[in-house]
Amino acid sequence: MERGSTGESAAKTVIEFCGVLYVLPNGKPLLQGLNLTIKCGETLVFLGRSGSGKTTTLKLINRLLVPTGGDVRVNGASTMATDVIRLRRGIGYVIQDVGLFPHFTVERNIGIVPRIEGWSNDRIHARVHELLEMVGLPPEMASRYPHELSGGQRQRVGVARALGADPAILLMDEPFGALDAITRDQLQQEFLSLQQRLNKTVVFVTHDLREALRLGSRIALMEAGRLVTVLPPQEFLRSRDPLAAAYLRAFGERLDAVANRGTS
Amino acid sequence: MNILHFFAEHHEEILELTLEHLWLVGASTLLAVLIGIPLGILSAQRPMWNRPVLGTANIIQTIPSLALFGFLLPVPWIGARADRLAILALTLYALLPVIRNTYTGIRGVDASVVEAGRGMGLTDRQLLFQVELPLAVSVILSGVRVAVVVSVGLATIAAAIGAGGLGEFIFRGLAMVNNQLILAGAIPAAILALSADFGLGWLENRLRPR
Repeated sequence: MERGSTGESAAKTVIEFCGVLYVLPNGKPLLQGLNLTIKCGETLVFLGRSGSGKTTTLKLINRLLVPTGGDVRVNGASTMATDVIRLRRGIGYVIQDVGLFPHFTVERNIGIVPRIEGWSNDRIHARVHELLEMVGLPPEMASRYPHELSGGQRQRVGVARALGADPAILLMDEPFGALDAITRDQLQQEFLSLQQRLNKTVVFVTHDLREALRLGSRIALMEAGRLVTVLPPQEFLRSRDPLAAAYLRAFGERLDAVANRGTS
Repeated sequence: MNILHFFAEHHEEILELTLEHLWLVGASTLLAVLIGIPLGILSAQRPMWNRPVLGTANIIQTIPSLALFGFLLPVPWIGARADRLAILALTLYALLPVIRNTYTGIRGVDASVVEAGRGMGLTDRQLLFQVELPLAVSVILSGVRVAVVVSVGLATIAAAIGAGGLGEFIFRGLAMVNNQLILAGAIPAAILALSADFGLGWLENRLRPR
């Protein structure tokens, strides 16, 4: 999908949950009837406690999990009716533990999807170096192995790898959760400027309200497998919803200073 | 007559029996790798297969070797030649460490690495050949190493059914109560086992992912 002018494409629905149920084989429901549409170019943040169903929701998008009921649609087509490999290659995936291939260099890690997609070596090489620059890593990192990198560098490579074949959608599951506060702040800042340039449709999972307010264009609050409310950060701050209010109390003062005002 | 003298005098026969021994061990290890690695992969990927496969390999391991040779004797094509029979028996013994280590090696690959790979759209085959097997290779190799070392020792028993190998010396020495003869079989066998252990251990370290 092309980025195009923000005007009308921003209104286009990219991901759609229609009455989605997810129940574990032992009968425990993790997601109870989710309805939600995610628009092109927005950063939708799922905020919630552990066990609220946010990671489950994310994994339903790239079909790492299969819905028990209802329908998940990506670009208008049900994920169940789409070839799963094609679906996943069009969606970048970043997880908290990064999951870099330890036996591959940074260059091979970042170039994995282009390589299995059959790009030429020259094109992969150029793309890898473009991506390294994009995520703020020096070109000499290309020949390093993951175990030689710091936690922050590893997650930068993780983001670069997810962007490898330029997918229109990016799924991020607590990508900065395991990083120290300073590195996290840096990566959040870079995420914002990157997102302004790339205008991907991002679905982001976190339990950190500050992160949600800072990065999200909308925040979807989850609790016990249900979607409680979906609000832009500025409105979330004023929300009278008891759960949202509990979050605001737990995270304390001066949250309005971090909230994303849609600066684009 | 000291032992070195004996070795010098019988070096041709020692060499011949060592080569026979190597043939038994090499052929059975190769077969065990060709059968065991796919079975290990299967049991790692399909939990359903895990118990029957590992269970069977375990049971085979508990059969006394002499008895196993006996059981295999009536098998058509196999029982017709002693070396075929010995190779099959050694293969069966070597299966367990190969299967078990393949299973453990693949299961031991970091779950986040597999999840990331799957999430990015690697097919099962790509995941297996580009990620899981390369990361499991040192564990698999250590299973092969165990199999080889055990086979070198077990193969000496193959002489009991006339399959040759260094066991010839040992059985002859036992019958004649001649220690030098026993050592003429035991020392080369020990050297074989140690060099296989060392060589494969070195390879295993080289291939261990960081």
